[in-house]
Amino acid sequence: MAQVVLKDLNKKFDEVYAVKDVNLHIRDKEFMVLVGPSGCGKSTTLRMVAGLEEITSGEVHIGERLVNDLPPKDRDIAMVFQNYALYPHMTVYDNMAFGLKMRKFPKSEIETRVKDAATLLGIQDLLKRKPRQLSGGQRQRVAVGRAIVRHPQVFLFDEPLSNLDAKLRVQMRVELKRLHHDRLETTVIYVTHDQVEAMTLGDRVVVMKDGLVQQVGEPLELYSKPRNKFVAGFIGSPAMNFIDTTIVEAGGALYAEALGLRVRVPPDRVSRLGPYKGRAMTLGIRPEDLREAGGGDPQDLVFEALVEVVEPLGSEILLDTRVGNQTLVARVDPTVRTRHHQKIRLAFVPDRIHFFDNTTDEAIA
Amino acid sequence: MIRSIKTRRQAVLVVCYGVIAVFMVFFLFPPYWMALTSFKTNQEIESLKGIPFLIQQGATLKHYQDLFTKTDFLIYLKNTAIITTLVTILSLVISVLAAYSLSRLGFIGAGILGTGVFLTYLVPDTLLFIPFFKIIGWLGLLNSKWSLLLVFPTAIVPFCTWILIGYFASIPRELDEAALVDGANHLQMLLRIFLPVAVPGLVAATMFAFTISWAGFLYPMAFIFSNEEQLLTVGTVTTLIKGDVYHWGGLMAGALLACLPPVLLYAFLMDYYISGLTSGSTKA
Repeated sequence: MAQVVLKDLNKKFDEVYAVKDVNLHIRDKEFMVLVGPSGCGKSTTLRMVAGLEEITSGEVHIGERLVNDLPPKDRDIAMVFQNYALYPHMTVYDNMAFGLKMRKFPKSEIETRVKDAATLLGIQDLLKRKPRQLSGGQRQRVAVGRAIVRHPQVFLFDEPLSNLDAKLRVQMRVELKRLHHDRLETTVIYVTHDQVEAMTLGDRVVVMKDGLVQQVGEPLELYSKPRNKFVAGFIGSPAMNFIDTTIVEAGGALYAEALGLRVRVPPDRVSRLGPYKGRAMTLGIRPEDLREAGGGDPQDLVFEALVEVVEPLGSEILLDTRVGNQTLVARVDPTVRTRHHQKIRLAFVPDRIHFFDNTTDEAIA
Repeated sequence: MIRSIKTRRQAVLVVCYGVIAVFMVFFLFPPYWMALTSFKTNQEIESLKGIPFLIQQGATLKHYQDLFTKTDFLIYLKNTAIITTLVTILSLVISVLAAYSLSRLGFIGAGILGTGVFLTYLVPDTLLFIPFFKIIGWLGLLNSKWSLLLVFPTAIVPFCTWILIGYFASIPRELDEAALVDGANHLQMLLRIFLPVAVPGLVAATMFAFTISWAGFLYPMAFIFSNEEQLLTVGTVTTLIKGDVYHWGGLMAGALLACLPPVLLYAFLMDYYISGLTSGSTKA
């Protein structure tokens, strides 16, 4: 069991930085998820921890050891790959036992460990099969089993669920989380491009883009306090609405104004937004923080929108609406009755409004 | 509708079998001729009457008998077997290591080196045997079959390396990475994971190496003068063509026997030469 520390980690491919100045402290037994769009450097970061990618500059520590120059086999890690990477000529048993055999474990110990892991993963009846005789989900279980028999200090997962179909993915996600909580109690670094996976699995989540760490935090922290526009738009589905507004002052209060829309800036935000008076700025609001306006809502938080598409999901309704020249998605109660081409009055939840500087894309808290 | 699909399918099948039949005749006629001649008596071979495609005056095993008792055929066979086996093993070891490092280790210049290796294969034997003659002479290996251990791989290694680079590229890189993370070093990974998965590629390379070495003619012709050291190809020809006298029966018997080992090898290895051996390792 060990912490993993990345210090000023850089990876250059030719002249392009795939990973730039990454600093991370992954705590012992923590489930840390790296998430971001493809090409953001998350997999490269993971592969540098694994020792499969050379480090251009910076340090990787596993436990108390600097591992920069250690080959993968001496780092005491186990890795699960996106496409499973099972050894096709070996049985499931031999696949799982391979790492232990390489480490010269006694036969009886290997057998105990493989059987335990197989039982844990529900693949005890498949031990004599070859990988090609297994379904995708079963193969992924074997790949996980191959990792856990080793009892490594750190588990590395590289998009392990991406090749599974949607339903199986959700099921395996829950299983992985349970496995980590109840049985493994090991440090995990998990790479995914799926923000739902990141949010549901991670104790903490690292959002990356263009090789840079955008924000590190607990899932709900990322959700409620995104540090910049990218994180705000990346986390959450449907994504946060961004509205181009101008900050204006009227009657001693600040307003964010756009065509067809005028929102009062909450009093506690006025001091930070004061300097932006007269300037353009992006307002962010999540779909669920827009609700159908009632009589009690203050008029300076309400606006009228034209419904363009209605998507009833059962537990909620997604409304694609148009306000002025911008589109907004609202997630409203299933009891709301509306149809396309109708007008609807929506209200902002004031303390959930986000503001972003247009030049830096940073959030203004 | 159903009927028209069926008849069209039958028509296509007829055409297919027709084409296959033509090719069969084309490719199998020489061995047939060879076998036929080897069982004919000398009188029938030299007779201008009769039908050359059939044995009419009774079959004989005399040519085979003579081959084993009156010529050094068995010595040639032994020499060829030894040289071919060793050359194949040697070439494959070099090619596997070369192909693995060129395709997987990703060092600077690997791409250029890979192309360079292939280009050396394009230089013909007929150009190389003169400088080789000097080198072999300088090494004191003239008139020794062991000289072939050095010269045969010069043609085989580049091509096998090229075949294997291509095959190795089809093996997912995660497979070796998984083995490395699992605790194997490069050699263990190569022997226990990589090569077992690469068997179809190795079979293709083996077949090529074996055939080139078994059928090599120019180099033994140039470097070896005595019967004790000679190989099958050159030995059969030099023994059974005396001046302008061709002992057709013996030549054909020798050629037929010489063909058997490669044919057996192909038949045996074809079973292993199945594609899709990597299926199941990763998502297709």
